[in-house]
Amino acid sequence: MHMADALLSPAVGGVMWLASGAALAASGRRLRRNADDRLVPLMGVIGAFVFAAQMINFAIPGTGSSGHLGGGLLLAILLGPHAALVVIASVLTVQALFFADGGLLALGANIFNLGVLPCFVAYPLLYRPIAGDGTSSRRVALGAAVAAIVGLQLGALGVVLQTIASGITSLPASTFLLLMLPVHLAIGLVEGLATAAIVLFVRRARPDLLQRSTGQRSLKPLLAAFGVAALLTGGALSWFAAQDPDGLEWSIEHAAGAELAAPNTATHGTLRRLQQALSFLPDYALPKARAEETPAESSWPNVDPETSLAGLVGGALTLAVVSLLGFGLRRRR
Amino acid sequence: MSRIDAALRELRSLEALAARDTPLARVDPRAKVLVTMAFIVTVVSFDRYSIAALLPLALFPMALAALGDVPAAPLARKLLAAAPFALFVGIFNPLLDRAPMLVYGDLAIAAGWVSFASILLRFALTVGAALVLVAATGMHPLCAALGRLGVPQVFTVQLLFLFRYAFVLGAEASRMTVARELRSCGRGMALAAYGPLLGHLLLRAFERAQRIHLAMLARGFDGELRSLWAMRWQGRDTLFVLAWCAYFVLVRAIDMPLAAGRLLLGAA
Amino acid sequence: MSHHLVETRDLSFAYPDGTPALRGINCRFVHGEAVAIVGANGAGKSTLLLHFNGLLLAQSGEVRIGELPVTAGTRAQIQRTVGYVFQDSDDQLFMPTVEEDVAFGPLNMGLPSVEVKARARAALERVGAAHLATRAPYRLSGGEKRAVAIAGVMAMLPSILVLDEPSAGLDPAARWRLIELLRSFTHTRIVATHDLELVRELCSRVLVLHEGRVEADGTPREVFADAALLARCHLAAPASAVAAPCDAAAAAQQQRT
Repeated sequence: MHMADALLSPAVGGVMWLASGAALAASGRRLRRNADDRLVPLMGVIGAFVFAAQMINFAIPGTGSSGHLGGGLLLAILLGPHAALVVIASVLTVQALFFADGGLLALGANIFNLGVLPCFVAYPLLYRPIAGDGTSSRRVALGAAVAAIVGLQLGALGVVLQTIASGITSLPASTFLLLMLPVHLAIGLVEGLATAAIVLFVRRARPDLLQRSTGQRSLKPLLAAFGVAALLTGGALSWFAAQDPDGLEWSIEHAAGAELAAPNTATHGTLRRLQQALSFLPDYALPKARAEETPAESSWPNVDPETSLAGLVGGALTLAVVSLLGFGLRRRR
Repeated sequence: MSRIDAALRELRSLEALAARDTPLARVDPRAKVLVTMAFIVTVVSFDRYSIAALLPLALFPMALAALGDVPAAPLARKLLAAAPFALFVGIFNPLLDRAPMLVYGDLAIAAGWVSFASILLRFALTVGAALVLVAATGMHPLCAALGRLGVPQVFTVQLLFLFRYAFVLGAEASRMTVARELRSCGRGMALAAYGPLLGHLLLRAFERAQRIHLAMLARGFDGELRSLWAMRWQGRDTLFVLAWCAYFVLVRAIDMPLAAGRLLLGAA
Repeated sequence: MSHHLVETRDLSFAYPDGTPALRGINCRFVHGEAVAIVGANGAGKSTLLLHFNGLLLAQSGEVRIGELPVTAGTRAQIQRTVGYVFQDSDDQLFMPTVEEDVAFGPLNMGLPSVEVKARARAALERVGAAHLATRAPYRLSGGEKRAVAIAGVMAMLPSILVLDEPSAGLDPAARWRLIELLRSFTHTRIVATHDLELVRELCSRVLVLHEGRVEADGTPREVFADAALLARCHLAAPASAVAAPCDAAAAAQQQRT
């Protein structure tokens, strides 16, 4: 699933943009160095193919539903991880711009979840070792399935982490994970099937097309992306772990009563361990976030009726003014 | 009409909107990109319970839609179509966050509903701004602007080519899927047909890419894509950026609706 | 003028999988000539055309443009003299706008942008597409795309034009506009086509290819009158093969009113 701006905080969005940006820059540099001018039209046309292919559904055997290709893994298999990242980033950009599929701030996160992870984790670490030189169709299918499933699980995990770290949702991490991971297991399987079906056909018809992705494997973009992400999220997660266990406690208590005391401490404990493992800057706090959290905490449970009413009145007034201005401008034209 | 045809139609309609000469179209695309990003960051920087405080920001997409003569109905339609994910995650807020937050006499509204409304508002604002950006800018100026703002040429050229050939490949894909459907007697597409169908589409894409490359070589292509596109940053572009950013800062710093509300209630 | 001369001597070419496409082609086209290359699909028309501007290099035999043999080294220079219009205009119009696409060639030639703009404008006017300058290629009709593709090639000021199936997929009106446009050019024109009416209207010479060899080389009248030849090469004569050109002009006039 695509991350949305509405669930993102500027800090998390910014971090993910930096991570994806670093990966794209590294891949871009790599492609420039290779100086293969055939890539220019090729990447664009194959990108257009992925864009179109995402809208073609096939029937999933056994179930009554249908699925379609995502394309990250297929692109990596066809073009190599560097070109694949640039292509999938452009497909995501078109979707964000024209179809509101994921926001512009969230684009960084989406490029990371749906681009960096399949191209630089799933493809080299899972697909290539399993599928080998591509001569056995069984191994190709297996490699595609495993790589797609794991890649999408990682992507889903990414979405969860980014959403929770942003703090806009009240959804606790455990519930969110429980919702996202199984669904993405199914989606990953679908992706694996679709990818394998296409790769196997191409292998039969034009095996030479699958050779182009062999070549030096550089994990630099991956390291760049993760390096930046880790440095900054380490701090963010530590802040989150320090603050939100209270928030989580609150919502969980209120959602299901005190019975959840045990699982709550489990989450809390995990978070603390995570924090210790990741925080390079344990005392780093995102000042804006901290400032945001305080007024929220102070405004509830102390509910101030006067403020509520003023807010309501002011809000209505603002809406009226803004609408008038907007339509007024329009009519003048 | 298949999904692909519908999608291509969307692309065409937004581009057609962007191709018109409106006051907004004359603003440098770099300015529009920068301000839109600043807007989105401002919107998401509010805390999760902000509703009224966010409202003054609605002026931005509305004013731009007006200046760019972007019709409201298609925009609203796209917003609704894209809502599901935000809704899906957001709906958990009211379920989990039940502390009362707003009290009007006997009526107590849970904090979760407030944050849910905030999510919806954020969604409308950010997505609305992005759509207006596209409807007023067009793919070519947008990519040129990105290039001038430092995005590597590999990416911007790629984006332009993808956009250019999305129509060609989309039309091919649409024809192929319709042709299959006509012989499918109502059955869905099995993997056994999916592989070859998409495989053929892919192979044709490769061959087309080869032909395009030949066509580029035939006209002297040497690896470097040069452009005639000239962007001239003018005074009004600086004004555009500064004015809007100042407004965003103001809205972020002062909760204007609250102040206005208090003023009104105090006066009453 | 010798630099408008197109010549092949014993040209042979086989594709990587071994299929022979051209077997010993000999031909010679002079300045300003309009030549048609006809033949069934797979006869080698496109392959031959690709040799004229160096997109394919002869495996044996020779291709000369004027004084220059076509080799990897002379390719760049040849491509300024020989303009190639592809069969599928979508392959050729890859830039975001018409203007940018027509400017692609001159920009690659290293010309200053003032000159580039002037050439682009002139080329678009020449083909009657000046009003399409800011349009995106995906919004053009088949005929408009073809015109813009030709403009893109013309902007490089070639002396020889090579066109691969230029009238394919065009509606009758667009087709006639194309034929008239091509008739108005003074360049050496080499056209691979199935459109035998176009051949009759435009070309003074016809080369018939069959299985990679030149089966016949003569005027349209001669070629189309030879029924045995046509049958052998899997071709059919146009409806009114021996009609006089003035009849055709009258027909065109009719169609436009």
